[in-house]
Amino acid sequence: MNETILEIKNLKAYYKILKGEVKAVDDISLEIRRGEILGLAGESGCGKSTLASTLISRKPPLHYISGEVKLLGQDIMNMSKEEFQKMRLKNISIIPQYALDAFSPTKKIRTFIADLVSEHGIKPDEEFFEKVKERLDFVNLDHSVLDRYPMELSGGMKQRVIMVISTILDPEFIIADEITSALDVSSQRFVATLLARLRDEGIIGSVLFITHDLSILYQIAERIMVMYAGHFVEIGPTDEIIGNPCHPYTKALISSLPRVGIQYKDKKLSGIKGTPPSLLNIGEGCRFRFRCPYAAGECEETPQREKINDGHYIACWRWQEIGSDSNE
Amino acid sequence: MSEQVQNVMSVRNLSKVFKSGVFKPKYTVAVQDVSFDIKPGTIISLIGESGSGKTTIGKLILKLIKPSSGKIYYKGKDIEEIRNKDELKEYYKKVQGIFQDPFATFNPLYRVDRIFDMIYDSFGYDKSNKEERIHQVLQDVNLVPERTLGKFPHQLSGGQLQRLLIARALLMDVDVLIADELISMLDASTRIGVLNLLVELTEKKGMSVIFITHDLNLGYYISDESLIMYKGRLVESGDTKKIYESPVHPYTKMLFNSVPEIGKRWDPEEEFLPEQVIKDVEEFYKENAGKGFAAAGENHYVLYSID
Ligand SMILES: Nc1ncnc2c1ncn2[C@@H]1O[C@H](COP(=O)(O)OP(=O)(O)OP(=O)(O)O)[C@@H](O)[C@H]1O
Ligand SMILES: Nc1ncnc2c1ncn2[C@@H]1O[C@H](COP(=O)(O)OP(=O)(O)OP(=O)(O)O)[C@@H](O)[C@H]1O
Ligand SMILES: [Mg+2]
Ligand SMILES: [Mg+2]
Repeated sequence: MNETILEIKNLKAYYKILKGEVKAVDDISLEIRRGEILGLAGESGCGKSTLASTLISRKPPLHYISGEVKLLGQDIMNMSKEEFQKMRLKNISIIPQYALDAFSPTKKIRTFIADLVSEHGIKPDEEFFEKVKERLDFVNLDHSVLDRYPMELSGGMKQRVIMVISTILDPEFIIADEITSALDVSSQRFVATLLARLRDEGIIGSVLFITHDLSILYQIAERIMVMYAGHFVEIGPTDEIIGNPCHPYTKALISSLPRVGIQYKDKKLSGIKGTPPSLLNIGEGCRFRFRCPYAAGECEETPQREKINDGHYIACWRWQEIGSDSNE
Repeated sequence: MSEQVQNVMSVRNLSKVFKSGVFKPKYTVAVQDVSFDIKPGTIISLIGESGSGKTTIGKLILKLIKPSSGKIYYKGKDIEEIRNKDELKEYYKKVQGIFQDPFATFNPLYRVDRIFDMIYDSFGYDKSNKEERIHQVLQDVNLVPERTLGKFPHQLSGGQLQRLLIARALLMDVDVLIADELISMLDASTRIGVLNLLVELTEKKGMSVIFITHDLNLGYYISDESLIMYKGRLVESGDTKKIYESPVHPYTKMLFNSVPEIGKRWDPEEEFLPEQVIKDVEEFYKENAGKGFAAAGENHYVLYSID
């Protein structure tokens, strides 16, 4: 159960544009264990999708700078396109952010699926569609959806179709990028639990579940990693991150989460002043220091990853001093 | 009638049917027989799944579209009768909307400052401290004036544009603000600040807010009263705490059953299927035939049947 299937070490990937470098993934390390759901959280623009694209398809202006990524023991950063293509869908698969927008209004779902898998070298024959139907049953969709147009399906139903296709070859590792954010609450619950069920049934191996919504991660992730402005912030078991966050950013994020039972009349939550820095040519130092109430001189230097306890790591110079100050 | 004067806004039996297509027209019932009141200085959240008619209600109140039937009263006055230019101007000075897509509100050819110039010019506000006040409201919404003013819409993010629109509402003396998915573009860390700001506006200035949202946690945090919409109909309404604590309508129940809550995990044993609610609602209406829209408690109403 503790076998590592994906290992990322000090990964850097930047967007190289005319004005310089956008340092969206800057020294990220993590490992994903077999059979786990690892949640990746952080606010818009912190580099979550960039991390996903770095693993799957680095298209200009995104460039791999340095670091190591091993999937099932194989170095995928220095692999040829052809070699990597062989791993796609079977070993590594992705449900991209905004996948729902990929449906073409004039194509029936069946044609959409056929075209998509053909791109990945799968023949959309009868046998293939038998498997698709099996999976449609699993996600509680009637086979008749195949002959419908996207317009006739709700967002939640379309997301289920996407999930069927991305998991059709039982991938060992799958990245799910904001698969719930465009959906109604009821579909959110269905889709998120569906992913966990696919994992429980052994249809998919491990999951990197990207979302800005910590309360969904609380529901399905075993561990949570938080990023801020391209940097690693904190990683640990879900209950530990939610119940005992140690980084000032994680603390602030969690204490600013509205939850049923808390009304402004009774308890006013406080947010974080300011906005994240621009990542273009950003220099040394903790990237949260501009908004951090505890920032000090030492924060001008980039904090190193430090161990809090088994499985709980942090990048903050001052976490021990800050201690249990709840940031409220 | 006296009841309608007390409320800043009263909606009565409002319906909207959209007709699309010319030769083979298709009719969409977006809003059906919806009634509710908004008291001054309160926040009311409008909750419901995609396509349930939330934005349509907002547009009807803002007179951007005409109702198919039903009435909307602003301080007792039927808004259909607001027709001449001066009256309309007066109405829009007091009733403002911020919509889901903030890009649509801004003219891409003009710098964003124009939204402030426009209200100063058309509503005749005192210009002596214009700049100072604009800076103040920008800071109130967590925007840096120097990094915001002078920019074109495409140079700012959706969240920043939304906050600019809130800043504009701050600058005006708005009675009713319709905030349509205002928060969806903002991140957790900036979100609470904007929510608190809305609350302060209601407390300090007596403004009322119709807060349209998907997010039940946000709805609970911010609103005094809630309206739950399902397929164009208002299915449950009243005191927020009561609705959240003891929902009656099957759609409301399903909503609260699916909201991800910190500290409470979804039951993995439970067979949860969003489609199930369609049957549940049908059955509920059948069981309660004849009851219609009725009280379930003090300031708590439920649509028991649609006969
Ligand atoms: N093609 C690009 N060229 C330059 N910069 C880019 C490009 N794509 C993304 N960026 C920048 O990289 C940073 C990280 O973006 P990314 O899309 O990874 O964020 P994210 O965490 O996925 O955000 P969201 O929650 O909004 O999806 C942002 O600052 C973004 O502006
Ligand atoms: N101009 C229009 N012409 C035809 N149909 C429309 C029009 N505007 C809205 N509708 C339909 O009316 C229904 C209600 O739409 P509305 O935009 O009010 O929903 P909503 O509750 O705001 O949904 P969302 O949460 O997705 O914003 C939908 O079925 C929509 O397709
Ligand atoms: Mg993203
Ligand atoms: Mg809407």
